Amino acid sequence: MAKIRNDYESSWWPRLIGWISGGSDELDRDLEKTLEEGEEAAAPEGDHHEDYHFTERISAAEKATYDRLFAWSRNRGAKLVRWFYRIASVLICVSIIALLVVTAASLPPFGDPSNPANNEVSQRYIEQGMQETGAVNIVAGMILDYRAFDTLGESNVLFIAACSVLILLRVPGNKSGAPTPEQLEAEADDRMYEPKNDMILQHQAALLVPLVLIYGIYVIMNGHISPGGGFSGGAIMGAGLILYLNAFGFKKTGRFFRYGTFKTISCMALSFYALSKAYSFFTGANHLPSIITPGTPGMLFSAGLIPYLNIAVGLVVCCTMYAFYTLFRKGDM
Amino acid sequence: MLDVIRFIISAVLTLTGLFVLISGVMGVYRFKYALSRLHAAALVDTAGIMLMLCGLMVATGFTVTTGKMIAVILFLFLTSPVSSHLIGRLEVNINSELDKDMTVTDQAAVTDEKEGN
Repeated sequence: MAKIRNDYESSWWPRLIGWISGGSDELDRDLEKTLEEGEEAAAPEGDHHEDYHFTERISAAEKATYDRLFAWSRNRGAKLVRWFYRIASVLICVSIIALLVVTAASLPPFGDPSNPANNEVSQRYIEQGMQETGAVNIVAGMILDYRAFDTLGESNVLFIAACSVLILLRVPGNKSGAPTPEQLEAEADDRMYEPKNDMILQHQAALLVPLVLIYGIYVIMNGHISPGGGFSGGAIMGAGLILYLNAFGFKKTGRFFRYGTFKTISCMALSFYALSKAYSFFTGANHLPSIITPGTPGMLFSAGLIPYLNIAVGLVVCCTMYAFYTLFRKGDM
Repeated sequence: MLDVIRFIISAVLTLTGLFVLISGVMGVYRFKYALSRLHAAALVDTAGIMLMLCGLMVATGFTVTTGKMIAVILFLFLTSPVSSHLIGRLEVNINSELDKDMTVTDQAAVTDEKEGN
């Protein structure tokens, strides 16, 4: 059964119809109002200008100029602005549409083997990626071996985001360890809105958290053999930690994960990534003998640095996710 | 013959799942109160996805993927009701006008009253 509406005039369909058939829209109505006000204000000549604080100091000629300019800005000027607004909006829309249509028309056809994306780079990745990197998963070989520099940047982006959230949201504490008023307030908020000692959630978490964590570790460790890798596995592990925190509270997670843990793990993982890849890039670029070998493709510990880099990336992602959650929830870990 | 029966079973399961999904989404958009919307949304995660996956399982036959689908169904049946329970608990905890929102009224009578009939 359809509902009966009394405010049909103000619903969107009649407004759309009115706008299409040339009626006034919101902007126009505002302008009409200011125009009327402007004519009213301009009509009586120079009687009420108390709001001009410098009335005594200016001559009659200057005053007339000010009045004329004021009236112009309310009448002719507003009309000019409206016309300019309309013409400019149409011009900008049409030019952007034309640009996009021309670009789309000059794109190469989809699936053509002679497209510029199908060049020697991707050919080499696909044909020799497994021999050169030792990773069965070509994507892992690409992002953690050929383009490892890129992935270091991505991990650093996560770290920098976590740092900004820390700067903005961390509730500062005392050096002595006694809770500050802000900390007590955040604690009270947390106690009100978040689940505390929920039996259903605790039983479910006791069943699921180990499975989720093990699955995350599996995804990270098999990143170079099967689809997966540091980013996805780290996200899964972070979700497992967040579930554990929700079920059992900050007291239990505080036994193994505090602010210092987050700092140490993130910094050590990123430094390990940067240093090991620096070694590999340095020896590779100078054709020096390197201790990193691709190994046997398909084995768990093969593919040179890739599994270790996956672990580093996974740790950073896991810690960052958990830190985001705790900081947005309570402002501390 | 067997293929036809299998196709029919999988089609019935998938279409039932689709019906549950559509009614759940419509409920989320149509209902006015948070707990009613929660009731509709909880259907989607459990019944809807379970029926869709069962239809897919019947359609593909028994492979490794079937085991993964069973794992997905188990996971959703463990997690989705708990998350609904937590959202409902939060709503009950923080809503100070819970009695007013939960009162069952005759909707037609209310509409008539508003229009002054």
